[in-house]
Amino acid sequence: MNLALKDVRHSLGRFTLTTMGVGMLLMVVMGMGGIYQGIVEDATLLIDRVGADLWIVQRGTRGPFAEISRVAPNLVHRARSVPGVVEAREFIYHTIQRERDGRPLRMAILGLSWGTDSGDWIPLSAGRTLARNHFEMIADESLGLRLGERVKLGKETYTIVGLSRNMISSAGDGIAFVTVADAQAIQFEFSGEAARLGRASRRVRGERSELGSLRPELVEQAGRPAAELPAIAPPDLSAVMAKVGPGVRVADVARVLEGWPDVTVYTQEGQRAFLLEGSVEKVRRQIGLFRVLLTIIAAIIMALILYTMTLDKLRSIALLKLIGAPTRVILGLILQQALALGLLGFGLAYLLGRWLFPMFPRRVILVEGDLLRLGLVVVAISAASSVLGIAKALKVSPNEALNT
Amino acid sequence: MSDPALAIDTLNLWKVYGEGNTEVVAMRDVSMSVRRGEVVALLGPSGSGKSTFLTAVGLINPPTSGRVFIGGQLVQDGPRARGDLRAFRRRHIGYVFQRSNLIPFLSARENVQIALELNGETSRAARDRAQGLLDELGVGDRADNLPSMLSGGQQQRVAVARALANQPSIILADEPTAALDSHRGRQVMELFARVAHEHGTGVIVVTHDHRSLDVFDTIHEMEDGVIRRAQAAKTSV
Repeated sequence: MNLALKDVRHSLGRFTLTTMGVGMLLMVVMGMGGIYQGIVEDATLLIDRVGADLWIVQRGTRGPFAEISRVAPNLVHRARSVPGVVEAREFIYHTIQRERDGRPLRMAILGLSWGTDSGDWIPLSAGRTLARNHFEMIADESLGLRLGERVKLGKETYTIVGLSRNMISSAGDGIAFVTVADAQAIQFEFSGEAARLGRASRRVRGERSELGSLRPELVEQAGRPAAELPAIAPPDLSAVMAKVGPGVRVADVARVLEGWPDVTVYTQEGQRAFLLEGSVEKVRRQIGLFRVLLTIIAAIIMALILYTMTLDKLRSIALLKLIGAPTRVILGLILQQALALGLLGFGLAYLLGRWLFPMFPRRVILVEGDLLRLGLVVVAISAASSVLGIAKALKVSPNEALNT
Repeated sequence: MSDPALAIDTLNLWKVYGEGNTEVVAMRDVSMSVRRGEVVALLGPSGSGKSTFLTAVGLINPPTSGRVFIGGQLVQDGPRARGDLRAFRRRHIGYVFQRSNLIPFLSARENVQIALELNGETSRAARDRAQGLLDELGVGDRADNLPSMLSGGQQQRVAVARALANQPSIILADEPTAALDSHRGRQVMELFARVAHEHGTGVIVVTHDHRSLDVFDTIHEMEDGVIRRAQAAKTSV
């Protein structure tokens, strides 16, 4: 006869409520791990998905994700000319916040190098990849945009032609994919007044310069729109991504590029490491500490619950001792209930988490290994937290059964 | 060795609590023998040492000195236990108390069954025997009920069934009818007499209920830790 089961059956409502409490607590512990996994996955998702062998960024910076990087647009052509490089693409990446239906809409804009990249690598849940050089957008589902919807960003309107799933920036914002030209237009979009002021400013600077006095037609030129000025360079890129050919060692190509004084080169692993060792590492420690605290709290609460449950049946335990129940029967009663409480709580935490976590604003990813580790911890704290109850049960004398 | 025909035999039991000025002698040189199938009443006012005697022979509270033999075997020699007392209690002693003391989360049948399973019976055999005992004691139809759903008398019958489960040498009952009305109290006393005679089990009942003394074979009276009087059955004291 399983006494633990019989006792649980007898006080099923109470045990269920207690299990729910423990389950919710464990769900928070589980969720903390899931949030960390989500942050890591989101942070490294782009780097992994884009699949570039080398990231060429502004000299002395740590790349477009860890900090701001600006490189000249012609860097993509220079990179293509390096022996071993089979593909070089422009990379533009920035975050914007606009308003949509009266609510803030934050999105990370990622420029696709039109001609070589129409977004074939993006996991689409609906729609298609980009088919035009301008005014088309692939948006992540988390942004809440619908297929065919038209979104006005600055002066231009973009049509949502595809929806991606789980393409999130390291800050947790959904990514919107447009061509590099459109990404630049969105980033460097100025109001009419700002453009006029810019042109006036150029004209004044020209008039004040010696060259302006010698060649007045240059001052005239400086006052025209920027797009019409050959001397003004197109907007900068965030970085250039390079892919090396089969059989070519990435390190060899990187060594060549590192010789250029205006850029710094990182491998895919290097970029990943920057992200994981930077802000993600702090988040990991923060969440890790919270998890440890919550686990200790869960253990204390479970110990108190199990102790109270033991106190409630102290008379029955004394009676069992009186009628000759061996110690292992008493231990089994308490330990089995502790394990049942912990494991059922863990199961409940998992089911609740699977249901609730997708509703969280940031991704919460439950990883098998992490769950297994937590399961083992739950077994350990269940056993450890039953120690108080067991100690009390072992101390109780069969005499207690006689006290009226 | 004591006489194996005796369910229980105690020799010169003393129980002393505290020492010096705080010394209290709860039991003085108590010797008592109970034959198999004999029903013994133990009377006496509160504090006379009845319960101390019962817990000493029940192997719950060891005496300061003296010996306890059960079924002819020495199991308690002063404060020293001879062997595993818990196992000995399981096999040889049945207990019934003032309050029925059933395990609240087990049904009537399971309360009996657990005593059998603890003694090594298989679950099925224990279940069948438990049901048989409950039938024999007239509560078979309440086998699936929890103790809280049974009347006081029914609970005591289940407790008696549990006490009988492992065919013990002796049943110790401490004021088993205190919580019952006189009619049900008498029924329980008669039940003890019946099971003692039918099962050949010795029974010691601590009681204040003088109205049912006619069911006992022997009556002992205890006062100030000493057995003052013992007399043979079916007479009132």
